[in-house]
Amino acid sequence: MMLIPCPWCGPRDETEFVYGEAALERPADPHALSDQEWTDYLYFRDNPKGEHTERWFHRAGCHHWFTVERNTVTHVISAAYPPGKAEKS
Amino acid sequence: MSQRYSIWALARNALTHHESWQKAWRSPEPKPAYDALIIGGGGHGLATAYYLAKLHGMRNIAVLERGWIGGGNTGRNTTIVRSNYLLDENAHFYEHSLKLWEGLSEDLNYNVMFSQRKVINTCHTLGEREATVRRYNSMRLRGIDAEFLTREDLARLEPAMNLSMDVRYPIVCAVSQPRGGSARHDAVAWGYARGADSLGVDIIQNCEVTGIDRDPVSGAVTGVQTSRGAIKSDKVGIAVAGHSSQVAAMADIRLPIETHLLQAFVSEPVKPFLNTVVSTGAAHFYISQTDKGEVLLGGELDGYNSYSQRGTLPSVEHVIANATEMFPNIGRLRFMRQWAGVMDMSMDGSPIIGKLPVDGLYMSGGWCYGGFKATPGSGWCLAWTMAKDEPHALNAGHTLERFRTSYMIDEKGAGPYPKAH
Repeated sequence: MMLIPCPWCGPRDETEFVYGEAALERPADPHALSDQEWTDYLYFRDNPKGEHTERWFHRAGCHHWFTVERNTVTHVISAAYPPGKAEKS
Repeated sequence: MSQRYSIWALARNALTHHESWQKAWRSPEPKPAYDALIIGGGGHGLATAYYLAKLHGMRNIAVLERGWIGGGNTGRNTTIVRSNYLLDENAHFYEHSLKLWEGLSEDLNYNVMFSQRKVINTCHTLGEREATVRRYNSMRLRGIDAEFLTREDLARLEPAMNLSMDVRYPIVCAVSQPRGGSARHDAVAWGYARGADSLGVDIIQNCEVTGIDRDPVSGAVTGVQTSRGAIKSDKVGIAVAGHSSQVAAMADIRLPIETHLLQAFVSEPVKPFLNTVVSTGAAHFYISQTDKGEVLLGGELDGYNSYSQRGTLPSVEHVIANATEMFPNIGRLRFMRQWAGVMDMSMDGSPIIGKLPVDGLYMSGGWCYGGFKATPGSGWCLAWTMAKDEPHALNAGHTLERFRTSYMIDEKGAGPYPKAH
């Protein structure tokens, strides 16, 4: 069981949340991408065994999306912040 | 050649108090080079080695396993075998696999306890009935067995099933594949291991692959680095579902795969009361009873990327709540074990079996949570692809390139989504 720190509501039980997907950087200009780059964005994933940056949705709370840095082996969450804030460099 | 198992062998060994049985496979030291290497000593990797040796005459090959054979997802699944798919590529592939299952115990001279007890899918809404019956009709058009079941049929087949309309997910009807069923997962790994070993395949356990060597000029595979030294080979097959992304990354290949958790549980053993394998999409669980009497239950993915191999409690509660609604008499059973496998979830819900964009490198992965039933077919197709350096018609559609050419095998019709199946 995970306690997920919602940036607005504080730590809440994982059952209140819905997992979105890996926090991918959306292409600034999709039309400028080659087919190869667009396919990479849509389908291909790093799928790390370790630190993973991902999006969660607080369905049973504030209904906000936010970004979480979580370890995919230990499930330890090292950071959670609102979308658009500086992500881990 | 290892000894053949038969009733005569059993009687002969009884005379020596069963102390003369040979080991089912050797534990050889790795040789410096092989004609082909297979990374991953689960069911798929061992099956690949077996068919490479048996059908393609490649005897100088090795299976490299990080832990012990069958100790990964092969030992962490719910052993359902079926071939009830809608799309051509999957339907023909899984049906081929099911046909291999039907002769597997004889072929391997090893009882894999394949039991064709029917796989039933219950439908809970009229919309679900329409979609499911369409899929099962498509199976019949391909010559794959499929049948429609009424509520009366269900009452006869599964007397313990709650058919009340006064529940959260009332059962409208069901479909079944009579030739579907289950098998003993450990026996599948052991049978393939013994079969491959008797054909000369080296099965090397406790041998973790840490790198893939490539020719600096051509880029082709030249061998692997392992925890037991470097091993040369110009053909390397990857069958490590759950960790496909990590092994492919050793050759700088990114895959359209995410790794997720799927949990399962077994209860204490009880007398037989479940006759078939029952699954339900609406209520998110599947249930069967093992030959030992344990009730075996599984559900949906935990929902977020994870390699932890341990599930979380909300999923346990979700599965058990739904299962006790459909089978109220399991409510007082105690669970003996709970576990989670790591699933290669591909972005269209179908596997990748074939060549990778590095010469000499092949993979079978992206099995989502349906890899067990594919074990014979996956090994058969990967062996063919490795031996001939081109896919068989059965896996010609299951390429990695399909994600670039938009020939997705998307049973669910859900677009790029790593949690489909």
